[in-house]
Amino acid sequence: MTLTEKKEIIEENRKNQMKSAIKEDSNLLLQVKNLKTYFYTEEGIVKAVDGVSFNIYKNEVLGLVGETGCGKSVTALSILRLVRSPGRIIEGSIEFNNINMLELSEEEMRSHRGNDITMIFQDPLNSLNPVILAGDQVAEVFLLHQEEELNKILDVHLLERDKLVQELKELKKEFKENKEQLSETEKEEFKVKIKDFKKKIPKAPNLKDVALEKAEQIIKEVGIADAKQILKRYPHELSGGMRQRIMIAMGLSCTPLLLIADEPTTALDVTIQAQILDLMKNLQKKFDTSILMITHDLGIIAELSDRVAVMYSGNIVEYATAEDLFKNPRHPYTQGLIGAIPSVEKKDKKLTVIRGMVPNLIYPPSGCRFHPRCTERLEICDKIKPRFLEIDDRYFIACHLFDPEYKESPKYQWDETEIKESYKV
Amino acid sequence: MTVINEKTKISERKKDVVITVRNLKTYYTILGGLFQRKIGYVKAVDDVSFDLYRGETLGLVGESGCGKTTIGNTILNLVPATSGEIYFEDDRIDNNFTQDFRKKIQMVFQDPDSSLNPRWKIVNIIGEPLRILEGMKKRREIRKRVLELLETVSMKVEHLDRYPHEFSGGQKQRIVIARALACNPEVIILDEPTSALDVSVQAQILNLLKDLQIQFNLALLFITHDLSVIQHIGNRIEVMYLGKFVEEGTIDDVFYHPTHPYTKALLSARPTFDPTTRSNRIILEGEVPSAINPPSGCYFHPRCPEMEDRIGCNIEEPKKISISETHHIWCQPFKNGKKF
Repeated sequence: MTLTEKKEIIEENRKNQMKSAIKEDSNLLLQVKNLKTYFYTEEGIVKAVDGVSFNIYKNEVLGLVGETGCGKSVTALSILRLVRSPGRIIEGSIEFNNINMLELSEEEMRSHRGNDITMIFQDPLNSLNPVILAGDQVAEVFLLHQEEELNKILDVHLLERDKLVQELKELKKEFKENKEQLSETEKEEFKVKIKDFKKKIPKAPNLKDVALEKAEQIIKEVGIADAKQILKRYPHELSGGMRQRIMIAMGLSCTPLLLIADEPTTALDVTIQAQILDLMKNLQKKFDTSILMITHDLGIIAELSDRVAVMYSGNIVEYATAEDLFKNPRHPYTQGLIGAIPSVEKKDKKLTVIRGMVPNLIYPPSGCRFHPRCTERLEICDKIKPRFLEIDDRYFIACHLFDPEYKESPKYQWDETEIKESYKV
Repeated sequence: MTVINEKTKISERKKDVVITVRNLKTYYTILGGLFQRKIGYVKAVDDVSFDLYRGETLGLVGESGCGKTTIGNTILNLVPATSGEIYFEDDRIDNNFTQDFRKKIQMVFQDPDSSLNPRWKIVNIIGEPLRILEGMKKRREIRKRVLELLETVSMKVEHLDRYPHEFSGGQKQRIVIARALACNPEVIILDEPTSALDVSVQAQILNLLKDLQIQFNLALLFITHDLSVIQHIGNRIEVMYLGKFVEEGTIDDVFYHPTHPYTKALLSARPTFDPTTRSNRIILEGEVPSAINPPSGCYFHPRCPEMEDRIGCNIEEPKKISISETHHIWCQPFKNGKKF
C-alpha cells in the first residue's frame, strides 16, 4: 500500500467518523430554531436576525460568516441573552444541552454565562476593565463560578499550613524544655532554626489567593510564559495579542461547553493572528470545547471550522461543512463573497463585485433579501421568501435555484439601465 | 562633496520617477523626566530609500508599528524628517513643501469617518481643495466639478448635499478618494484604504482604484498590512519591519520567491482555503519589539526562525543583498556560504 493510499483511507475514515458524529443527535449541544431578534427603534423595526436556525455539536467549530450588519453578532448575543433594549428576541427557541435558554430566569442565565457558555469579543481592550489588574479579572471568573472547587483547594492549603504550624509549635516546645541544658552557641543555632521554619510557613491563604493561583495556571495554558508578572499588570500595559490571550484564558477558565468568539483576531496583526488561531485550535482539542466562530474573514473560517453558516441580511443563506462549501459554493451570495477575495489567480483581473449595497434592515427587500443584487435572479425571487432546505447530505441552502418547487421559474431578465444603476452606490 | 553626491544621485534616477526617497530617517523624540527633557528616540523610520514610478503601485507592507504610515506622513511633510532627502521629480520637498506639491501629492487615510468633517456637506468637503488649492470661487463651478468627481467614483447626484453620517463605510471611502482626485494629483498615498471595509466593498474599492490609476496615470503608494490586497493591486512591494526595509522587489519576486525569513513567515501566516499551505505554516514566536529599545544587530533576530544558519545576526546590521536586479533583501549571509 502506498503512502497516498493510506492517507486516503485515513481521510475516508475520518470523514465517516465526522459524518456519524454529526448525524448523532446525542452529540447535539446547541440548537437554534427560527430565531428572530428585532430592534424596536424610532425609525422602525430593525429585523437584525430574521429566522435563523442552526445546530452546534460537541467538539465542533461552527463558523458564522457575513458582512458588517448581517446579524452575526446579534445572533451570538441572543444565545447569551445579552441583546440590549430596544432589541428583543421575539420568536424561536435556543436549546442548550436540552435546556431552553429563553425560559430561564435572569438568575439562572447568569450561572450559565461565563460558565457553560463564554464569549470572546472583538476588541480585547474594551472588554477588559482598565482599572483592575489582569490577574484579578481572570480570578474573578473562578470566584464567581467555581467557589466550591476553590474552597476544596483552599481547605487542602489550610491543612498543609496547619501541619507546618503544628510542627513549629512542637519545635518551640522542644526549645523551651531543653533551654537549660543547651550551651550559648547551641541556643543561637536553635533560634535560627526556628526563624527559618517560620519563614517557610506561608501567609494564611484566602479564597482570592487560590483563585489567583488558578488564574496563573490558565494564563500559562494560553502560552504566556511569565504568567506571574502578567497577573500584576493592567490591561494597557499588555500588547494586543497578550490581551486577547487573557480574554481567551478567561473564556476557557471554567472549561465551557461552548465558546463564542466574536471576531477574535480582527484587531490583531497577521503574525499574531496566526499565533492566536493556532492557540485556539490546540485549546479546542484540549478542553473539548465547541466553538462558535464569528468573523468576516473567510480564510479564518476555512482554517478553523468544521462547518460554516453564511449569513446575509439577518438570514442564513448557506450552511454546510467547510470542505463542501469552499470547494463548491452554491448560493450566489457565497460565490460573490469568495470571488471578492483578492488572490493569486485573480491577479490582473477584476475582482468580482456584488453589485449594490447591503440592504436596509428596516425595509428589507421582499422575497429573498438578496434578489436586488443577484445575477442568477429568477422571476419568483422578489415574491416568495426562499425556504431553508437540505438539498444534499448536511447541505442546507436558502435559494430558489435549488428549491424543486420553484426551480422552474423563468430567469429574471435584468435590463441594461437597471444593471448600470445597481453598480452605482 | 555633498553637492556632487546629490547631483549624481539625481542623474542616476530614471526619467519617470515621481518620488525619490533617500536615506530617510524619521525619529520621534520622547520627552520625560522633571523638565520634559529628551530621554530617547522612537526610530519610526530608520534609513529607508526607494523610488516611486509614474503609473505604478508600490506597496508598503508590515505589521502595526513598523513605520509604514510614518513614511507616508513624512513624504507629505505632516511629520518632519529627521534626516535624509525626499524629491518630487527633481525638486527637493522635505524642506520646502509648497502648496504646489500639496496639489500633486494627495493622501487617503485609513478611517474615512475621521477624515470627513461631520458638519460639512459632501459638496463642501470635496470642494475644499478646489477652493484652496485650485482657487475656484464660483459656487456653481465648484458644484459642477464635484459632481464630475463623484461620478468618477460612481456615486450619484443626490449625494452632493448630504452629510457624511448618511453614508456607509464604502461610500465614505469613495468620497475621500474623490477629494484626493480633486486637484488632478500625480501621486496618491493610500494609508490602509480598505482595512475598515468588508471584503465585497473592499473589492469594489480596489477595482475603482485600479480604474482610476489607468485613467489618470496615477502613482499609488499603497500602505497596508494585508498581503493579498497588495498582491492583487500592486506592481512592486517593500516589506518593512521595525522602521527598516527587509525585502523589496516586484510582486512576483516577493510572493513567489520570498527570501527574507520575515517575509516568508508573513506570507505563510495568511489564513487560506488551501490546506497544503496550512501544514507548512511558520508561526513566529513573540511580538514585535519596541522601537525605543530595538534589539542589537538585525532587529528581527530574536524572532527569526532561520537565525542559526546565518552569521552575526545579533551583532552586525543586516546588509543589502541583491537577488536579482529588482529583488533585494536586508539580511546576513549564510554560515555555509550558501547562496540565497
